[in-house]
Amino acid sequence: MLSIKNLHASVEGTPILRGINLEVKAGEVHAIMGPNGSGKSTLASVLAGREEYEVTDGEVIFQGKDLLDLAPEDRAREGVFLAFQYPVEIPGVSSTNFLRTALNQVREYRGLEPLDAVKFLSLMKEKMALVEIDQKLLSRSLNEGFSGGEKKRNEIFQMAMLEPTLSILDETDSGLDIDALRIVSNGVNKLKSDKTATIVVTHYQRLLDYIVPDYVHVLYKGRIVKSGTKELALELEEKGYDWIKEEVDSATV
Amino acid sequence: MSTLTQQDTFQAFLAASPSNFPSVRTTGKESFISQGLPAVKAEEYKFTNITKKLESSIQNFSPALPLAVSAEQVKSALIEGFEGDVLVFSNGSFVPELSSKIEGVEVSLLSGKEDTALGSIAKPNKDVFAALNQASFQDGIFISVPKKAQIEKPILLLSFNGANAGQVVQPRVWIQVGDFAEVTFLDQSVSLGEQSYFLNKVVEIKGGINSQINYYRIQNEGKNCVEVSNIETDIQKDAKFTSVNLSLSGDMVRNNLSLNLLGSNSEGNMYGIYLLNGKSHVDNHTNVDHTIPHAESNELYKGILADQSRGVFNGKIFVRQDAQKTNAFQQNNNILLSEDAIVNTKPQLEIWADDVKCSHGCTVGQLDEEALFYLQARGIDKLTAKGLLLYAFAGEVLEKIEEESFRNYAVGLIQDRLGSKF
Ligand SMILES: Nc1ncnc2c1ncn2[C@@H]1O[C@H](COP(=O)(O)OP(=O)(O)O)[C@@H](O)[C@H]1O
Ligand SMILES: [Mg+2]
Repeated sequence: MLSIKNLHASVEGTPILRGINLEVKAGEVHAIMGPNGSGKSTLASVLAGREEYEVTDGEVIFQGKDLLDLAPEDRAREGVFLAFQYPVEIPGVSSTNFLRTALNQVREYRGLEPLDAVKFLSLMKEKMALVEIDQKLLSRSLNEGFSGGEKKRNEIFQMAMLEPTLSILDETDSGLDIDALRIVSNGVNKLKSDKTATIVVTHYQRLLDYIVPDYVHVLYKGRIVKSGTKELALELEEKGYDWIKEEVDSATV
Repeated sequence: MSTLTQQDTFQAFLAASPSNFPSVRTTGKESFISQGLPAVKAEEYKFTNITKKLESSIQNFSPALPLAVSAEQVKSALIEGFEGDVLVFSNGSFVPELSSKIEGVEVSLLSGKEDTALGSIAKPNKDVFAALNQASFQDGIFISVPKKAQIEKPILLLSFNGANAGQVVQPRVWIQVGDFAEVTFLDQSVSLGEQSYFLNKVVEIKGGINSQINYYRIQNEGKNCVEVSNIETDIQKDAKFTSVNLSLSGDMVRNNLSLNLLGSNSEGNMYGIYLLNGKSHVDNHTNVDHTIPHAESNELYKGILADQSRGVFNGKIFVRQDAQKTNAFQQNNNILLSEDAIVNTKPQLEIWADDVKCSHGCTVGQLDEEALFYLQARGIDKLTAKGLLLYAFAGEVLEKIEEESFRNYAVGLIQDRLGSKF
């Protein structure tokens, strides 16, 4: 489904991603872990199409299409969804109006009829239940005044509404209490199928008890330096990242 | 002094003023002559070189005669869903045969009301264009809402303007609203033709004790319109005046909007949006004068500027020594959508009283790129995403319009301009 080859990206001339290779197949869950500042969010942002990151080399093929060629909105319409590490507050834009606009543009791209107000609301109700998000939150401006946890939950709610093929969750677990973590993970798991794939970027092994990965990758200094199965996450939990850093740093000297 | 005022056509224009309101006109003329058109560096017109604009685009300084306006034109200009009375004007002249008879409101030509204290609110010595209008307006309209009248339906002041070879249109409006009376006005203009013309408008509003007045205005004139307007309101105690001004186009537009709070517990609100593109230049000069204690004023203007457009905001608030316990708020926010757009914003607070609550602020920025990306990442195209953000920015002002059809109309115009429906 997703094939990343030798991906290099820079911000303002500073290289951040320095040769990422990753293959994700339908039905799989990949976890990307790694110390702060290693480039995890950068990778997620490059996949979603944030303009300030300049791709300097490599390619990304998503379902046979050159993803890097598409505008951010077309990537979303093709089925890529990024749950932001820091969702943006947008005062004055109502959550409902925003979602309806988004959903109908996505549907139009996919050759589906727009949803009328009634159908849209009933879909919203259904998906709200899935992530147990409070109606009151959605009657406000988008993310405005939401707590950290509420913002994360809203990301998963949006994901549920848009039904992506590839979901990239950037530290969606950070800052969640255990109840919220369970609800969010539950939502993600219910949306999974053998036709979709998930990339979870996380700091903590804890999340992986709920969203069980098929593969775990360690990103460090802009490269995937180690890959394994879910046991790797447990090992990292126990031993930290220093041993990996040492391995990498001594090999490059 | 400007070369324009020395030209024969201009002198003839002044000399040919109608003979009614002789002393009012004399005062206006003297005031005009002593002030002269604003010089290049005149403080009040520093960013809006209106004199130069007039010299280059108004070749034929003469009063524009009324144009024929049809009932069809009136009908098609009406706002969708509008239910109210309509007063029609053609180049500033009242057109009674196309206008409604408004129950409970006196409407007549100013020429039939020579005892009206024209110039007592919009004083000619405060602005040279108010003086010019006072010296040379053709005829105007007198509107009186009697004491305790509650005019349920809004009154639309619908003006058709257009002229030959750069003529001058000078509407003159006098509105008096009696004690405890309530009324809402919508002020809307339609430009006819392509020729440049100069619109020099004066509206004076006198609000009685506990009166409630809304004055909503949409400036959507053609690119051929050079405009100066002076709208000035006096309100008495316990009265409330709210103005919402929406500027969408025009070549060069200067709005002088002034409010004098003359009685305690009075409240004045001034809201505005300027949404500009091309080379439009819109200058909003507002003026709030707190002369007595316990009055309140709120002001919020938002600017969205694209292309090579230019916005000017200057908000003066005076709090006189006697005006203790004043609440005065003022805010001006701007978003520049292009590198060539310019905004000059200047809040000016002058406070002589010591027990007051006043605040002001202004911002100039770009569209929030983070927010834009967030919306795009959910599948919304860039144009619509920009529209949503800008509409949200303007929304704080739009929601101040209580008259629904007018609010919807304003919303529609803004959505059209932003290039998307959402
Ligand atoms: N917009 C940006 N401008 C400048 N530097 C950035 C920007 N985004 C990321 N970086 C830098 O790139 C590196 C990787 O950041 P990031 O991808 O956020 O790491 P992670 O998500 O793994 O913690 C860091 O050194 C960070 O400072
Ligand atoms: Mg990160």
